[in-house]
Amino acid sequence: MRYSALSILLNGLRGNAGWRPAWRQPQPRPHYDVVIVGGGGHGLATAYYLAKEFGITNVAVLEKNYIGSGNVGRNTTIIRSNYLLPGNNPFYELSMKLWEGLEQDFNFNAMVSQRGVVNLYHSDAQRDAYVRRGNAMRLHGVDAELLDRDAIRAVLPFLDFDNARFPIQGGLIQRRGGTVRHDAVAWGYARGADSRGVDIVQNCEVTGVRQDGNRVTGVETTQGFIGCDRLALAAAGNSSQVAQMAGLRLPVESHVLQAFVSEALKPFIDCVVTFGAGHFYVSQSDKGGLVFGGDIDGYNSYAQRGNLATVEHVAEAGKALIPALSRVRVLRSWGGVMDMSMDGSPIIDRVHRDNLYLNAGWCYGGFKATPASGYCFAHLIAKGEPHETTRQMRLDRFERGYLIDEKGQGAQPNLH
Amino acid sequence: MASLIPCPHCGRRPKEEFTIRGAALERPGPDAGQAAWMDYVYLRDNPRGAYREYWHHTSGCRRWLVVSRNTATHDVTGAEDAAAGKGGKA
Repeated sequence: MRYSALSILLNGLRGNAGWRPAWRQPQPRPHYDVVIVGGGGHGLATAYYLAKEFGITNVAVLEKNYIGSGNVGRNTTIIRSNYLLPGNNPFYELSMKLWEGLEQDFNFNAMVSQRGVVNLYHSDAQRDAYVRRGNAMRLHGVDAELLDRDAIRAVLPFLDFDNARFPIQGGLIQRRGGTVRHDAVAWGYARGADSRGVDIVQNCEVTGVRQDGNRVTGVETTQGFIGCDRLALAAAGNSSQVAQMAGLRLPVESHVLQAFVSEALKPFIDCVVTFGAGHFYVSQSDKGGLVFGGDIDGYNSYAQRGNLATVEHVAEAGKALIPALSRVRVLRSWGGVMDMSMDGSPIIDRVHRDNLYLNAGWCYGGFKATPASGYCFAHLIAKGEPHETTRQMRLDRFERGYLIDEKGQGAQPNLH
Repeated sequence: MASLIPCPHCGRRPKEEFTIRGAALERPGPDAGQAAWMDYVYLRDNPRGAYREYWHHTSGCRRWLVVSRNTATHDVTGAEDAAAGKGGKA
């Protein structure tokens, strides 16, 4: 069923009894051309683009829980392409372009809102770094604009500009950045993939990878053995666990990142604001809740829940940036498991078996990458060669010394 | 995670006093070769379950500890001085 204003009107007149489930609940078949492990944003997007752009429809997406239960439903919904390095920037800009056409492409309202992303700077050195990053972006054809203190004050008058320790000097804005309704991204891709013949198998946990020599022949799951010609891993925080089943150790650690939402307030933040002196980023949802987050907790975790110390730290950073938050009540906090790579950048590559493909290491920036990650991973799986924007996102870059270290932190995943 | 870490020198102390470094790995010798160093610097077992990692008691005794912890449940099961296992003076 194609969604349109007319279909909403007609179904409304019929008591909304005519809607059908947006995707099937199929039993897995014994064999597929491509099996994708992980029904999150990236796995579903990969299936969608495999079917739509590359004509491979005999595909299964295996999800151990329900789709949208992992990081695609746990992030702070921010999209942006304000990256510095040539290994990253064209890829994230491809993602931004796909976001811009996504809703028409998959006929689903994902509430893509290009409300602008502002990174604040608080020192001369930080301004210089932002000028450099903004220029790198513009050289890649990405929009970037440096705003001075007065220009920031005009749009965000409630910030603590004269903070004694971290006065706000200005900011770098990407106006095309913004937010997206994250659950709808999972649902839209799932619906689009399903309608083209992809089987989305939920509550199906992969427990082993069967191999024959240099090839993968299929996966053992809680719903039995499923054979495949090509196996694609997109398991996010559980990437190390799944890769281990195939005999592969990854340059990845799993860490917990928390996110928060406040009670609903009247509209007052109409863009995404990030604090340059601490790790804090905030936007306001259409329901009025402030959606915000900070840094990862800093220790390895698979628990999908965080610690109070980080809650306090994030709240303090928020309060330092926006004093008006001091009496806002937080409704909920939650945690997601991040696949923190050793250089802070992702891996999209064919790995140590002829027909095994890996999509991992997204750190806590995976959501914004969802469309391009799916598109480029599908490109790699279908054509056997990387998309031009992911040529540097190789697994062997670590031993070859070609890191993509956006933050310059080195092999210390809890600092990326 | 458990709120209190059993520091061998200071007793049970709040975990906010500590700084976490990461996996407690065996450092290869200087001439161990590129593969061993690649493994040490970049590759991780990243286990779901029992885990040993270096913690620094930054706001306490300032000793490096090896804390045993479960990455799935956050339970802390023990802490020892990092030097103790290497013949150093704990």
